Amino acid sequence: MKKRLVVIGNGMAGARMVEEILKRDCGAYEIVMFGAEPYGNYNRILLSNVLNQTQAPDAIFLNTLDWYVENNITLHTGVKVTHIDRNEKKVYGLKLAEGDVPYTTGISDASGADFISVSYDEVIIATGARPFVPRIRGSDFPGVFLFRTIDDCDLIADYAKNCRKASVIGGGLLGLEAARGLMTHDLEVSVIEAADQLMPSQLDTEAAKILERAMGAMGLRVLTKTLISQIVQKNGKVARMVFRDGGVLETDLVVISAGIVPITEVAQKSGLKVNRGILCDDRMRTSDPDIYAVGECVEHRGVTYGLVDPIWQQVNVLADILTGVNPDAVYLGSKTGTKLKVMGVDLTSMGEKETEETDDEILVYRDPNRGVYKKLIVRDDKIHGAILLGDTELSDPLMRLFMNEKPLPENRGEILFGAVDGTRLFDAADLPDTAQICNCNGICKGDILTAIEEKKCSSVAAIGTETKAGQGCGSCRGSIAQIISSVVGEVGYDAGEHYYVPGVPLEKSQLVREIRSQGLKSVSGVLEKLGEGKEDPTTKTGLASLLKTLWPKVYEDERDARFINDRVHANIQKDGTFSVVPRIVAGVTTPEELLRIAEAAVKYKAKMVKFTGGQRIDLLGIKKEDLPDIWKDIGLPSGHAYTKAFRTVKSCVGTDFCRFGLGDAISLAKQVELRFQGVEAPHKVKMAVTGCPRNCAEAYVKDVGVVAIEGGRWEIYIGGAAGSTIRKGDLLCTVESHEEVLKYTGRFLEYYRQHAKYLERTYGFVERMGIDLLKGILIEDSLGICAGLEEKMQEAVDAYKDPWQEAEDPVYPFQFEGPQLIEVLQEAENNG
Amino acid sequence: MNKIIRINLGPVEGIPMGQGHCFRIEGEDIAVFRGRDGSISAIENTCPHLKGPLAEGIIGDGKVVCPLHGHRFDLKTGKGSETPECVRTFEASLENGTIFIAYTPESAENVHC
Repeated sequence: MKKRLVVIGNGMAGARMVEEILKRDCGAYEIVMFGAEPYGNYNRILLSNVLNQTQAPDAIFLNTLDWYVENNITLHTGVKVTHIDRNEKKVYGLKLAEGDVPYTTGISDASGADFISVSYDEVIIATGARPFVPRIRGSDFPGVFLFRTIDDCDLIADYAKNCRKASVIGGGLLGLEAARGLMTHDLEVSVIEAADQLMPSQLDTEAAKILERAMGAMGLRVLTKTLISQIVQKNGKVARMVFRDGGVLETDLVVISAGIVPITEVAQKSGLKVNRGILCDDRMRTSDPDIYAVGECVEHRGVTYGLVDPIWQQVNVLADILTGVNPDAVYLGSKTGTKLKVMGVDLTSMGEKETEETDDEILVYRDPNRGVYKKLIVRDDKIHGAILLGDTELSDPLMRLFMNEKPLPENRGEILFGAVDGTRLFDAADLPDTAQICNCNGICKGDILTAIEEKKCSSVAAIGTETKAGQGCGSCRGSIAQIISSVVGEVGYDAGEHYYVPGVPLEKSQLVREIRSQGLKSVSGVLEKLGEGKEDPTTKTGLASLLKTLWPKVYEDERDARFINDRVHANIQKDGTFSVVPRIVAGVTTPEELLRIAEAAVKYKAKMVKFTGGQRIDLLGIKKEDLPDIWKDIGLPSGHAYTKAFRTVKSCVGTDFCRFGLGDAISLAKQVELRFQGVEAPHKVKMAVTGCPRNCAEAYVKDVGVVAIEGGRWEIYIGGAAGSTIRKGDLLCTVESHEEVLKYTGRFLEYYRQHAKYLERTYGFVERMGIDLLKGILIEDSLGICAGLEEKMQEAVDAYKDPWQEAEDPVYPFQFEGPQLIEVLQEAENNG
Repeated sequence: MNKIIRINLGPVEGIPMGQGHCFRIEGEDIAVFRGRDGSISAIENTCPHLKGPLAEGIIGDGKVVCPLHGHRFDLKTGKGSETPECVRTFEASLENGTIFIAYTPESAENVHC
């Protein structure tokens, strides 16, 4: 009979452990697993993405429940192991009651429940860690959360709906990740850290200051050197925090993220040796020779680990030993380094942060303007510690030099900035097959080579589908590309990724060429000639947008290819009514217009009248059948607040009234808005013109922002954003006149229209192209296309027609009708 | 015993090519779609998720996409992209340019996917 292996813990370590055993010998054991959470195994590193809603909970699963069935693994979900009877050789667990926290120290109702017991030959403990909760009065009040599981994310997101202010206790990596997640829920977020800096385990003081400034610029409030004396509740909910120095912070929600502690109760109750973590030798064996442990619950040579990389190393060693692949394998501890993105800021940290050894070389590079800081501590010609903040392009080679203790190049500058002659400091092609390339998913170079050679994968995406490499944080994708090019010469790409729309197998430039040469002017025409018979709805809307761009005047407008908003020129709301936003050019209106808007709002029973962020007025809750009449009554053109097009130009009062104004923002904003209004684009485009660098119109964070500066000149910024992504625009050029603003803005917008992917905002497009390249093309006319761009834009401008004119003349039957009433007259048949 | 009522919904030109249109029959809203391939289909108009009006959705690949949150429903079977959501479907036909549907009142227990 097969030996039975019981794995306690179904988190990243436990599940990886089983995967590695199966990979080496799928018949070695009968495997039984216990998991306290009711799910399969998910990637806990990505939890902050679930909290900030960039990934659905389903998307972070590594092993779904089906995987356990397919691999003949008995998985007890929602069961918490209480102890191991080492004499009987049995593991005992209890089913958790609904609402019990998986990482709880106690179980709420053990009385009525029956123990589940499983006998074993060998046991692996992989119970992981739980959040560390500092002793603070009030930390158990409603509204105080921990951040460790998918369910925690759900609870926090749900509670956040009724909150305005949130605080995170803990300014370490996890705390900042939690803060990032909370900020996407429209909360004012503060981070409270007891130490005198952020991320004390990864950064030195100077780097922490730079990071703190960057976080501040994104709207996160950081309080360091702040100790909390208590959390105060009001009406049964968290209301504020009181600090030891007497300070007070109002807060509706608190997330505690102050580090982790190993979960060791099972080991303790079973009589195993435990210090901070479960004590293990170099073979990952506990004080009982039949019981092993891996992961965050382990203490090995006095060290506990909370990063995946060392844990994967432990798992590999133990899998080698248990399956007999390498019975003599040993784990000797890990050097740790982390590569991460803290709220969009790239950071790499490894080894020591400070040194007091006088013989050490310390190399520091500062570029505070760009938020870049690089520091290296070199001892005996080897990296002893490094911090890269803001610019981590060289973090991969640095990390390898550090991990492998390789001697450094003579010219230390090459380590910080890359080699002067352009040769690579490091090439993944030179690594041994056993070198781990993807640290998130633990994929070695050998696995990637197999995928290239046997599965004929030739693109980074294909390697990812085959092996999972590059599918975690993505920072190893450059290395994967190097390996591919070393084997097959050239890195391929998955064509599908680059199709403009899924239903037509062409990239945007090819598609444009075909549409132009075949003279295709309708969506149905393109699908018939170039499609693959698949009428995907996103294909239709993407094609409609492109066709309207390519053929401004003669495009055949098939409304079935358009989203409802573009069929009826209003924005559909959750209750099926629509919102009406008239054009208010540059945010300037008149009492007469306001009277007409007010009367219309009363007459058509607007459910809410609201000022928009773009300085306009939104009438919400208008019935579809009332749209034509309300447009006529208001007597203003459409503001295009519903479509992927050029929308609005926000402005400040400029020189007319403002004491500080340097340029006439209002008249320029009006010119820009009237020129580009309603022109179709791959995504919405919001603009602003502001009369001085105080930037009251928020021009730095618009798709196109124009800022007046001293000397009667205007700066044009492109690719700014202040939505889910926040980005300051890049300076395209500085010009002297309004006409030049219109000229260069027009060139950029036309270039964006022609070359951006569908639904790609300008911030993504500008970042992808790079501002230097765009300057060359649009200002210096390096490709000689500027005259063509200007001509195309002029055509689009000339083709502008206010869509609200359809009020007089609907373009299809029942365009603005509600449900059509049908009288039931005849009863024709009966199936009874 | 399910009563089936055959109902005349008027000329096919009443629905723009490739779009849907909502008919209210005995207080129930039914979305009828006219595909560019000549097909006619009829389903319950109200999205079971958060009541989006399906007649306003884009159709393609035999499915309609709810305009509110993008849930998809098969026009023939009513099966939704997010299990267990599904909508009622009705047999629809085109006879000499006129649309007919076989309507069964809402009370009948006939929601199957």
